[in-house]
Amino acid sequence: MTNLSLFRESTRSWLADNCPKSMREPMLEKDICRGGRNHIFQSNDQKIWLDRMASKGWTAPTWPIEFGGAGLCKEQAKVLREELIAIEARPPVSGMGISMIGPAILEFGSETLKKQHLPAMARGEIRWCQGYSEPNSGSDLAGLQTKAENFGDHLIVNGQKVWTSYGDDADWMFCLVRTNTDVGKHSGISLVLFDMETKGVTTRPIQLISGTSQFCETYLDDVRVEIDQIVGEIDAGWTVAKYLLTHEREALGKMGSSPVERSIKEQAITCLDLTNGRLNDEVIRKELIDWEIDYFCHQLTSERVNAEIASSGVGNTSAMLKYYGTELNKRKYELLISIHGSESMHWEDNPVSRQWLRSKGNSIEGGTSEIQLNIIAKRILGLG
Amino acid sequence: MNLVLNEEETMIKDAANDFLFENAGPDHLRNLRDDPDSKGFSVSLWGQMIDLGWPSLLVPEEFGGLDFSNVGMGQIMQQVGCHLATSPLLITGILGVTLLKNSSSNHWKAKILPLIAQGKTKMAIAIDETSRHDPQVIQTKLTPKAGEYVLNGTKLNVVDGQVADSFIVIAKIPSEKPKETDDICFVIVDSNQQGISVKNNLLIDSRKTSSLIFSDVKVTDKQILKFNESSESILQKLLSTANIYLSAELLGIAEKAFELTMQYLKTRSQFGVKIGSFQALQHRSANLWAEIELGKSIVLKALRSLDEMDQDINKIASMAKAKTSKIAENATNEGIQMHGGIGMTDEFYIGFYLKRAKVSQLLFGDWKYHLDRAAYLSGY
Ligand SMILES: Cc1cc2nc3c(=O)[nH]c(=O)nc-3n(C[C@H](O)[C@H](O)[C@H](O)COP(=O)(O)OP(=O)(O)OC[C@H]3O[C@@H](n4cnc5c(N)ncnc54)[C@H](O)[C@@H]3O)c2cc1C
Repeated sequence: MTNLSLFRESTRSWLADNCPKSMREPMLEKDICRGGRNHIFQSNDQKIWLDRMASKGWTAPTWPIEFGGAGLCKEQAKVLREELIAIEARPPVSGMGISMIGPAILEFGSETLKKQHLPAMARGEIRWCQGYSEPNSGSDLAGLQTKAENFGDHLIVNGQKVWTSYGDDADWMFCLVRTNTDVGKHSGISLVLFDMETKGVTTRPIQLISGTSQFCETYLDDVRVEIDQIVGEIDAGWTVAKYLLTHEREALGKMGSSPVERSIKEQAITCLDLTNGRLNDEVIRKELIDWEIDYFCHQLTSERVNAEIASSGVGNTSAMLKYYGTELNKRKYELLISIHGSESMHWEDNPVSRQWLRSKGNSIEGGTSEIQLNIIAKRILGLG
Repeated sequence: MNLVLNEEETMIKDAANDFLFENAGPDHLRNLRDDPDSKGFSVSLWGQMIDLGWPSLLVPEEFGGLDFSNVGMGQIMQQVGCHLATSPLLITGILGVTLLKNSSSNHWKAKILPLIAQGKTKMAIAIDETSRHDPQVIQTKLTPKAGEYVLNGTKLNVVDGQVADSFIVIAKIPSEKPKETDDICFVIVDSNQQGISVKNNLLIDSRKTSSLIFSDVKVTDKQILKFNESSESILQKLLSTANIYLSAELLGIAEKAFELTMQYLKTRSQFGVKIGSFQALQHRSANLWAEIELGKSIVLKALRSLDEMDQDINKIASMAKAKTSKIAENATNEGIQMHGGIGMTDEFYIGFYLKRAKVSQLLFGDWKYHLDRAAYLSGY
């Protein structure tokens, strides 16, 4: 038996023993465990599941062991992912720590930053938010105005961020600030980290069309940031920011591939029924299979692209996966609305309505679809 | 499952590309079209393919072949699409071989497979009887007569029917179990046999197909191919194999049409700038590129599934054909549009891709047919 199949076997049996039954049930938005200082565990099982996974280093499986990971290679991480999907396990913790700022700190951060932040992230103790967008710089991110003055051992930050997802619940922010105004707009940016409890940080929730308030305006008034909390070099934050964005796109590109939701096909069959093996609505049937094919192709592509990156180091495809995956997710909810009919318009007792509304943001957050298409056209196709 | 080509597969892809770049392509296709004696494929190109051993690739070693993988052969088909190569490779070298390989009729395997491997015979497979592909509709019939059979019926759109030395005909045969509906079977007949009439059709892409009429053609029991599986399931798998290879071809067509279009966007100027700088065209191009990337994944997945004899092969095949049909349609249509007027000219290449794409889409079931089949096989 190869090492990989041994690993699969031991993973499978560990998961069978350690993943609580209730953590293998379909979940809704409210069941997601995002961790952090203020997180209230929904159930004992949720806590046990997070603790057990974190103690294995499996919340961030490819990170080095000393930083809270398990030091797995890509192939092993894939096996773990597959085994988790196979038992329909819920993610033990999700958020912008492990999926976004963590990889950026690993790649660009100092040893101090790695020791300070990564293990707590992997254990789900600290919850992160992203301070990129500002009122006057969205797609044109490098046009950001939030200013940081350098006082040698610390920076003083002033400005405003907007659309900060979960800004009011988060413990720490990774934030893009302008540290130099005498150079081109891409050259004077730094990525800094600070505690949301720091004096001068205020958040104001904004209500979304889906009725929840997942994001905030964040005001930064004379916020003190220690100089060692810059990720990478000062003024060289744009490179880090872009690196982080590829991780964000990758995460968003996986949208809708959550194994824990009841499949759209099952929902269609339950709501519409079959006659002689055919769904009782020819038009929905056609839309559904069309969607399923695109979805399958998208998943295969993400698998293929990852394998290609692993084998040859090329791959500039996160923009495409993000674009296609989020557009697919929007299509999925349009389809679900057709499947559920007027039930899906119920505000309180049918989850589809709000998920449908929330999905509209997928092709905006993390860079709009149009921006992804620009990236493909310019960087991949070389159209000027 | 590995969705990256290994070294051997990459080598065969590159070799096929180099060879077909030199020896096929739109100019060759135009010559073929303008040749009054055209057989519907390039005889010289086929000769070269035989020299390269392509028809022997899928043939098992014991019958003189190389026993190569479908992923490998799929790379060739993709390049066949890129370079619009015309040859009997799909029907004889891929489908004929696959069918015989799966058969338990040792006599026919030993007789035909070595001939195919050496490029000494061409076959045609007669399935469709309706203009829109529907393999459920088979009226061609084998009727028992004096210890033998007679074959009667009409087959449409038989690719390579005009040049085949033998036909494999899908026909109804009375069930061995009384009172049950008829079975289907695969009958091998020599194209010279009495009672067969062949009428050729010239297609929009300069290939040819035939309508075959069988009137009281004598068939012995030996001419009925035997399998260890039901004929219905063999037929479905054969069609899936065909559609997976057609998907590879369609992907190649889309890739090339897209490449030609991107070149044009970078050279043609209007309003004092390259037309590729217009965002309307950039976004459509980027979208198309994303679609082609998806196509690459499903084609590779489908070819590997053939090699691994995946249980879901019929569903995956239909998904692949439906997806690549749309991608090729999109790539060729956008190709013409983004070329403007020159795209409509016979002198330019893109039109050849449009025509070939449409024929390959329609062959053995179009987008609509395969959406329906995929949905059905997905349980709805
Ligand atoms: C649900 C949600 C969560 C978010 N979470 C966060 C977060 O946690 N942290 C954070 O920093 N930000 C967050 N964002 C903000 C998000 O990154 C921005 O909304 C996004 O980058 C777009 O910026 P904008 O809203 O200013 O739109 P604009 O940039 O003003 O765009 C408006 C329209 O113009 C189009 N457009 C703009 N430029 C071009 C161009 N060059 N070519 C073609 N079309 C163009 C856009 O595609 C869009 O359709 C979130 C957004 C949403 C919706």
